[in-house]
Amino acid sequence: MATMTSSETEKIESTGAKSLRLPSGLISYLQAAPLAAILGAFLLVPILMIAVVSFWDYDFARMYPDFVTFNYAETLGSWVTWKIYLNTLKFALLVWAITLFVGFWVAYFLAFHIRTSAMQMVLFLVCTVPFLTSNIIRMISWIPVLGRNGLVNTTLIDAGIIPQPIEWLLYSDFAVVLAMVHLYALFMVTPIFNTLMRIDHSLIEAARDAGASGWQVLVNIIIPLAKPGMAIGTIFVVTLVMADFSTVQVMSGGQSASIALMMRNQMSLLQYPAAAANAVVLLVLVLLMVAGILRIVDIRKEL
Amino acid sequence: MSKAAEIDIASVSKIYGSTTAVQSISLKIPAGSYCCLLGPSGCGKTSTLRMIAGHETISSGDIRLGNTVVTDLPPARRGTAMMFQSYALFPHLDLVDNVAFSLKMKGVDRDQRRAKALDMLRLMQLEAYATRRPAQLSGGQQQRVALARALITDPEALLLDEPLSALDPFLKIRMRAELKKLQTSLGITFVHVTHSQEEAMALADLIVVMNDGRIEQAAHPRIVFERPATPFVARFMGDHNVISGRVIEHKAERLLLGVPGGGEFLADGGAQTLRDAADIVIRTDRVRIGQPAELGLGFTGSVTNIEYRGSSVKLSVNGAGIEDFTAILGDTEYFAHPVKVGEAIPLAWERQDAIVLGSPKRH
Repeated sequence: MATMTSSETEKIESTGAKSLRLPSGLISYLQAAPLAAILGAFLLVPILMIAVVSFWDYDFARMYPDFVTFNYAETLGSWVTWKIYLNTLKFALLVWAITLFVGFWVAYFLAFHIRTSAMQMVLFLVCTVPFLTSNIIRMISWIPVLGRNGLVNTTLIDAGIIPQPIEWLLYSDFAVVLAMVHLYALFMVTPIFNTLMRIDHSLIEAARDAGASGWQVLVNIIIPLAKPGMAIGTIFVVTLVMADFSTVQVMSGGQSASIALMMRNQMSLLQYPAAAANAVVLLVLVLLMVAGILRIVDIRKEL
Repeated sequence: MSKAAEIDIASVSKIYGSTTAVQSISLKIPAGSYCCLLGPSGCGKTSTLRMIAGHETISSGDIRLGNTVVTDLPPARRGTAMMFQSYALFPHLDLVDNVAFSLKMKGVDRDQRRAKALDMLRLMQLEAYATRRPAQLSGGQQQRVALARALITDPEALLLDEPLSALDPFLKIRMRAELKKLQTSLGITFVHVTHSQEEAMALADLIVVMNDGRIEQAAHPRIVFERPATPFVARFMGDHNVISGRVIEHKAERLLLGVPGGGEFLADGGAQTLRDAADIVIRTDRVRIGQPAELGLGFTGSVTNIEYRGSSVKLSVNGAGIEDFTAILGDTEYFAHPVKVGEAIPLAWERQDAIVLGSPKRH
């Protein structure tokens, strides 16, 4: 049949629907089922298991299903844990502040100072080039730069600026923060760039028309309108830093600790319930931080 | 409320790379007048407005506002205020802060600027919405906020970039009346960019018709409508038939125009040389069905289309080498002697209604 009138097609569709008639409520559930199954199997069930295991008992060899709270009591009652949590929060705060500052200005430059959109895209892709290599390699490549006999130290010594190598460049909190900023800055640049690109340029002209200087435009128009992007970037960076253990371990040379690193050590000692309790505390902490950010900034417009 | 300023544009050009948006235009907009820059998109009217506002640099020439040359001044120091096409209200601020924005930039303290902004909102009958965000308002309300924000700086001239284009037709007509009322009560100079000749006719004291970066005609709406300077103006203003041809006879202020492959038409005209191209314009509502009183003041053609418009009927007629000649007839007059599509009918007009384009103004 070469041609088909619309009434014929409707007829065919309606008979097809008749043979497959399901209650409309069920159809909606079926449509939502695949995503629900994936999220359930790979997100909800593991989190529930961690929560359950965190109440179990254990010794050096195995775990005993039970309901005990001393995993939490040990985690929250130990001065060492508190110090590690504070240390991780310190990293999170420093890395957040630096990536926010750097990320905003990179995004601002890309959005307002590059005139052609082709060049904007090229430069934005340049920002993502480091991400073509793995996290570990990017991190390790700092070692020959910052090491005792690394690029920075030898250059400074050869130039006669310092008499002997600077010790705190590598295997220090400085190195950890530097590597984290390097790893996570793009997670701040991208969402801020995205919000800045959506700012209507006539708003800036309107502000100039009202007598605003460049700085006043920035403070009164651009930064307030970039807040949702900053909030999304903040969520990325904070959650990534809070969960980081490899950067802290490699760049601090084992002299600094983070919550995730503490959990890894507990797991290597087969203290799974203790690690699970730690994980639950960390999860609650991060969720509270995200909830706090969402309370301050409304990001719904950006999604 | 504020003093009005005369705007003097002296051979101003705007060149973007290799394209010329505005070609050396000169224009004087009298103080306190309502001026409409009218033209199709891309004719340079918005560039001209933005150069007056200071949002576009001037490639060559000068702009004077009152007694100051403002060519190189930043927008805020020109004494102008601009209302943007999409209103450009700040989405993160409530109405009071939007309106008070320029006062905040000047460093006026919070209570004082909020009080003044509230006064301005009251003038626009928006005080009930003072704490809302722009997105919670209708198009007409947003426009009034934009007006309030522009007027709080006490400008000498208000520049409006297609202010009515975002509104629905009904609201357009209402806001148009409000704009005119506002201009009359404030007494400041308004420069209004539009592509709607109807809007320009309704509002302006001075219509500036622009095309291709040049001014085709700058005059009072009545002059622009009754004595269009060029075929472009006549066509753009609408309601005109333009007959193009060559001068075949010219004596004693009378011009005979020959249309290639068609008729000959008579008009009163100034100095035109023989064989030159010339255009005659005849208003569509001055055409009637009937034999002309004199040869050259009408033609016979066949009706191609009839449109009923309520109080009038629009006929399209082809003949005497003219395509799509339009006649607007009153409904009683038409229905006394209706015609059919395809029928051959004689059309005629009075001698004073045939105007040679480019002839000196009578008014």
